[in-house]
Parts: sequence; structure tokens; C-alpha cells
Amino acid sequence: MAESSAVLHLRSYLQIAWLWIRAAWQYPTSFVLLAVGNGLITALDFVGLWIMFAHLDDLAGFTLPEVALLYGSASLALAVADTAIGSVERIGTYIRTGRLDQMMTKPVPLLVQVCADQFTLRRLGRLTQASIVFGWACTYVDWTPARVVVAVSMLVSGGLVFFGLFVGFSCVQFWTTDATEFANAFTYGGATVTQYPLNIFPREVLVGLTFVIPVAFVNWYPCLFLLGRSDPTGMPEALQFASPVAGVLTMAAALLVWRSGVRHYTSTGS
Amino acid sequence: MLHVAVATRAFRRYSTYRAATLAGIFTNSVFGIIYSYAYLALWDANPTAGGYDAQDAVTYVWLGQALLMTIALWGGGTTDDLAERIRTGDVAIDLYRPVGLLGWYLASDLGRAAYHLLTRGLGPTVIGYVVFDIALPSSPLTALAFAVSLVLAVVVSFAIRFLVASTAFWLLDQSGVKVMSGAFAIFFSGMMLPLVLFPGWLGTLAQALPWASYVQVPADIWLGKHTGADLVAALGFQVMWAVVLLAACQGVLRLATRKVVVQGG
Repeated sequence: MAESSAVLHLRSYLQIAWLWIRAAWQYPTSFVLLAVGNGLITALDFVGLWIMFAHLDDLAGFTLPEVALLYGSASLALAVADTAIGSVERIGTYIRTGRLDQMMTKPVPLLVQVCADQFTLRRLGRLTQASIVFGWACTYVDWTPARVVVAVSMLVSGGLVFFGLFVGFSCVQFWTTDATEFANAFTYGGATVTQYPLNIFPREVLVGLTFVIPVAFVNWYPCLFLLGRSDPTGMPEALQFASPVAGVLTMAAALLVWRSGVRHYTSTGS
Repeated sequence: MLHVAVATRAFRRYSTYRAATLAGIFTNSVFGIIYSYAYLALWDANPTAGGYDAQDAVTYVWLGQALLMTIALWGGGTTDDLAERIRTGDVAIDLYRPVGLLGWYLASDLGRAAYHLLTRGLGPTVIGYVVFDIALPSSPLTALAFAVSLVLAVVVSFAIRFLVASTAFWLLDQSGVKVMSGAFAIFFSGMMLPLVLFPGWLGTLAQALPWASYVQVPADIWLGKHTGADLVAALGFQVMWAVVLLAACQGVLRLATRKVVVQGG
């Protein structure tokens, strides 16, 4: 029963998403430019990292392919989460305009509607770029069966962590409606942090990124295992296998926050 | 006088969103901290990269965060209103006002920029000074030159955003062009990485494009990298792009009003 309702939700999600893709296609030039532009932003992002390495042999002990592995895996997880549920950031607008009230009257779960709303394929650009960087970096990894398992679980868990961060921090808007940017510090800030080896930060920051905003599990800990490196900061080795736990916990916390947000919500009355 | 009034109203319009402003300062500061550590790691490995020392690099980070909204790097600002008015057809009303459309929107954008400078600009700068001990301008002249450079940065950025918004006259929707333009702006302004680090021809190219006016030129003036004739040349570079781009805006506007049928009319 639970499974069939999940399938049902997925179908509603896909139907709404398809609707928005067709809507975006009404302005074809913009559609293409948006996809290309977003690809360009992320591509130039990596060029920036590459230029950094024109002045360096290594960044805090990590070479370019190693940083590319960190960058690619986090970027991939972010791209998946952002494509699927990035629209949740706009919830403040829905509250202000009263659209959330309309959505509540429809026979599809609110979270599904909010996430699928204004679904956009333009994030395919990031997905493509991240896959290329990750694929390239993977050729430098000395693969073993255990590493393959950790790599797959890293990508899935990373997606879950970002899913949790996006949903959880967007809920702030149930309490204050014009503070979208606050969430950006944790979602996009978290994503930016993961582009670098985390040993460039002071230990207190690393502890925060492990236990408070758990983005260290998106790529840092599992990548240390993939690269066969001992943790330069001396954190417990067990953390390198704990990404799935972090992913599930973040997601569960986010769903709880979402529920209390929706309960707290009283319409703007307009 | 009219333009002053327009600018004042824009200032006040933006100042109504207090929580958004605070959230923005917080976010800029978080990014400032992240990039500071990244740059400290870079300059730790190569203490003279790009002719900067570690303090220059960290100062550059916080200036970038402070300028992000003032120069509307991601696009936005009053040019977004223009694009929307073109899409809905309301621009027809703007066009038969007895005031030039370009001047009207420029004044409005300068008002917006002033607000963002005093809040989103000042906030991260103070935090950067307290937490990372960033460098301050070494003399009143440097500070003055920085202020001039900042106004020019906003004008250049406005002109580019105005051109982007004008594409809506033909495409009806600016969002695609806006994202493209934003991608170039982030990369070539030096927001992503100081242009002084760009190698060879890429560096030469980046330093010659108008986007260098956004962050690299004002930051270098703040850091005291330009003095004497060099300082005049740096400001002249910005003036040159401001004039060229504003002329282009005027030209595009003339073309648009002649050729385009306003929607909804």
C-alpha cells in the first residue's frame, strides 16, 4: 500500500514536471539559452578551479584530479537534488501570493506539488558538467569492489543530504517569508564548501560540517576512502562509511521540519 | 532633480525588505568565510600568486562579497522591472513619458545600488574586517578613487543589464540571455577568482573586457595596486566602457522603438 502511494506520488510529480517543461518550451530561445547558460556557469566554475591549480602543485595536499573527484561527486549530488526539488526554495513566494492555499486544496501531497512546480530542465547543464568532471576524476581512482560500493552510496547519500538541506532550510520561509537568501548560506554554501578539501578549514568548522550541516558526508569522508588516504584531520575512520546514515538522518529531519512548518502555516489571508 | 527623486524612491523601495537584507548579509558573510579559507590555502601554497599577498587575497574576497549585490552581478535590479514591463507591454507607458527611458532606469538603478552598498556592502566589509583583518584603503585619495570606481562599476553593470533586458523586445523573455550574461559576469568580473590569476592571453582578455570594471578594477584600487597615472588609466578604462555601453543602450532603444510592436497594444 505504501509502495503504491509512493508510485502514485512519483507519477503526479512527473505529470506536473512535464507540464512545466512544455510551458518553458513556449519561449524556445530562452529555453535553450537557459540550459546552455547554466551549463556554462558550472563549466566556468571548474575552469576557475583549474586556473587555481595553474599556481599550485596541490591544494592543502590534494592534487587536481583529487580535488576534481571531490568537486565532481558533490556537484553531481547537488545537480540531482536541485533538478528534482530545487523549486522548494520558492515556497516564500507561494505563501505571499496565496498559491500555497490553492495547492493545499488539490489531491496531491503538498511537498510533491511544491517540488515539481516550475520544474526546469535547465539544470541539466550542471548534471552534464558534473558527470564529465566526476568521470574524468574516476579514472585516477584505484578501483576495488569496496570502493565501487562506497562511491555509489556516496552519490545517493549526497543527493539525500542536499535534498534534506534544501527542503529543511526552505521551511524557514513558513516563519518569515522574505528570507530565502538565509537558506542559500546552507544549501549553496554547503555545496561550495564541498568543492575544496575540508582540511583547509579550521577543525571547529569541520566538526560543524560533520555534525550540524552534514555536507562533509556528501563527498569528503567517502572520497578519502576512494583515494585510499588517511584523514589529514584525524577524524575517526568510521565516518568514511557513514554517509548513508547522514543522508537518511538529514532527510528525516527535513521532513519533520516540513511537517511542523505546514502545521504552523496560517494563510496570509489574501 | 527628477532623476534624484527617482533614485530616492528606488532606494526606499528596496529598503522595505529588512529581513531579506539581513539574510543576504548573513549569506554573503558565510560565502566570504568559505572563500577566505580557500584563498588562504592557495596563498599558503603560493604566497605571491598573481602579485597578491594573503591579506590582499582575503580582502579581495570580502570586497567581492560586498560588491555582489551593489553591482547586481547576478542580474536583477531595476533592469528586471524593465524586462517585465517589456514582456507585459507596460513599457509603452514608459516610452511616452516626457523623460528619457534610459536616464530614468539608470537613476533608479543607482538608487538601488546605493541602498545595497550601505547594507549588503557595508555589512560583509565590517565582518571581514573584524574576523579576517582585511586591508583598508591606505589614504583618503585611494578611498575617493574607490568610490568613483564603484559608481562607474554600477553604471557599466547597469548598461550591460539594460542591453540584456532589451533583448525582451525581440525575444519577449530575457531569462535565457540573462543567465548567459550572468555566467560571463561571474567569470570575467573576477568574482569567481581574481583576474590577476588568469594565465597568459586569458588574463589579458579578461582584463580588457567590460566585466573587469565590476570587481577587479575597484578591488585593485582599494588595495592600492593602481597609483598615479595607472590609477587614472584604471578609471579611464571604466569610463570608456560606461560611455560605449550606454551609447549602445541608446542605439538599441532607438531600434526597438522603431521596429517592435508592443505586446497587448
